[in-house]
Amino acid sequence: MSTIIEHKKTKVITDNGLFPSSEVMLDLKNLKKVYPTPKGDYVVLENLNLQIKKEEFVTIIGHSGCGKTTMLSMIAGLNPISGGHISVLGKHIKGPGPDRGVIFQAPSLMSWMTSLQNVLLGVNNVFPHATKAQRNDIAKYYLQKVGLEDAFNKKASELSQGMQQRVGIARAFAIKPKVLLLDEPFGMLDSLTRGELQDILIEIWNKEKITAVMITHDVDEAIFLADRVVMMTSGPKAKIGDVLNIDFERPRTRKAVLEHDDYYKYRKHLIDFLEH
Amino acid sequence: MKQSITLGKVTKLMGLGFLSTIKDLFTGKLEKEDFKNFLRKVVVPIASILLFIGLWHMGSKTLYNIEADFRINKALEEQGQAAADAVAACIALGEDSSCKPNTLPSPAQVWESYRSLLRDHNIISADKAAFIEKTAALNEKRLAEGKDAITYTGRPSFVDQIFRSLKTVFAGFLLALFIAVPLGIFIGLSPTLKSAFNWFIQIFKPVSPVVWYLLVFMIVKTLLIDSNEDSSFTISFISVGLCSMWATLVNTAMGVSSVDKDYINVAKVLKLGNFQKIFKVVLPSSLPLIFTGLKITLSVAWMVLIAIELLAQSPGLGLFVWEEFQNGANDSNAKIIVAMFVIGIIGFLLDRLMLTIQNWVSFDKTDAI
Repeated sequence: MSTIIEHKKTKVITDNGLFPSSEVMLDLKNLKKVYPTPKGDYVVLENLNLQIKKEEFVTIIGHSGCGKTTMLSMIAGLNPISGGHISVLGKHIKGPGPDRGVIFQAPSLMSWMTSLQNVLLGVNNVFPHATKAQRNDIAKYYLQKVGLEDAFNKKASELSQGMQQRVGIARAFAIKPKVLLLDEPFGMLDSLTRGELQDILIEIWNKEKITAVMITHDVDEAIFLADRVVMMTSGPKAKIGDVLNIDFERPRTRKAVLEHDDYYKYRKHLIDFLEH
Repeated sequence: MKQSITLGKVTKLMGLGFLSTIKDLFTGKLEKEDFKNFLRKVVVPIASILLFIGLWHMGSKTLYNIEADFRINKALEEQGQAAADAVAACIALGEDSSCKPNTLPSPAQVWESYRSLLRDHNIISADKAAFIEKTAALNEKRLAEGKDAITYTGRPSFVDQIFRSLKTVFAGFLLALFIAVPLGIFIGLSPTLKSAFNWFIQIFKPVSPVVWYLLVFMIVKTLLIDSNEDSSFTISFISVGLCSMWATLVNTAMGVSSVDKDYINVAKVLKLGNFQKIFKVVLPSSLPLIFTGLKITLSVAWMVLIAIELLAQSPGLGLFVWEEFQNGANDSNAKIIVAMFVIGIIGFLLDRLMLTIQNWVSFDKTDAI
């Protein structure tokens, strides 16, 4: 079955104060990050404003070292905020929490645990009142979703990189976060595996519709997955440079996206920005 | 596959890979290209052992001759020809310890002493068994009357002393384990505790076992002042534990404080509680370093044990060596060398034991050093 993708008008949003607050999941206001160095302060991010709507998938691209990962780890609560604030559903965040699931660049699985135990580690903590069987079911459900139904009891150290990252995806979805943060999750994989995992990710996402923010270096990945692509300027004092709406209808197939007339227009827009 | 545990795997786990090479030799599985390997792993060590024994034999013979010549010459100078001849005859007979040169014993003498120690052990064990049989009925009666049972108080054999030493070293090792691992975890987790304890570790780590023994002696003697029991075992195992715990303490603290940042981030994002964070994330990932520390601790414990037993007059190999040295009997030197080999071999086996446990427990099966 081929999906027909309707062509909507491409519009570029430069000001981010557009959405009504009831629709906003994640709000970054005047965000600032400063690292003190012996030669004085180094400002990584400054005046960064970004709103992300509920059930929206946003990808972020920008040059290496521009502060994308810094921004994401600030949203995750792993990196202190120097100025401005971040809020989830209108509440300012204080430190990390299970309302924001993270898929790291390295799978970061506990290599001495099985894949099931790795997923359960989060599930047990987030659903303390569920029965053991229920928690097991949740963990197994998501492992099945990422195609690991045969590897529940395999030690993480016995899995390939790609399979480990599948467990990472299952672990993040299984705690049912409000926001999913992905830090170049497929950057370390070969292109075939990367394609497979993109399909798996988008398939689960289509079902769960968890607001997602994903950093990537891959322009095609950014377009294929996102509702909006956010382009960051190069640091220091990085901020949002440009935002591109991707108006392909969901669910998308890779083939339909690649064959769409607008695809190359989007691609050119992103590459022009990056090469600028 | 069920037969996953083979001889090869077990020996490799224990770091005794050469055993399976020998097995291959007898089962005819040895390929031609393996021959070189066999030469290096089996033939060369055996040749070097033989060479060592040969050199030792010649060395002890030379030392024996030097001392014999000296004694004969001394008798000649001081008392004349007749006395010199008497000394020479006495030395040639080799039975009287008053004239026999007292020097490095030859391999053959050491082997003979080893066998005599075993014979001695058999006699003592038989004696002990007979004693227990003889007193069994009496002891039952005494226990029924509420009195203490009569125990065997004869001289311990060499083998008894080995087990006594092992008991002391394991008690000391467990003490070190129970102090150093928890303390190391706390120090590794908290930078505040780390700076509180750092000076303590840096200053007390290099202190000699003898001084530790004296410190423990001062404290335990006072604490057990009322008790009539022999405190030498308590004193020696505590000293052994305190001497040897530092490697584990430092390694545990280092392992815990250097857990992969990704793991810590995962624990933070999943909001794991402290208990879960420590037992599910921090400890398992620092296990390899903790075990390296424990391995060093056990070998240090075994090394200092001998000196401490000697000081504490606590029965064991250390006291055995000291008593033989003081004793000065015909075969005392040979017995000391026997003890030396026994100490070395047990030390090696303890090291292998720890390596085996480490390989068994740790998640990444990389070969430990």
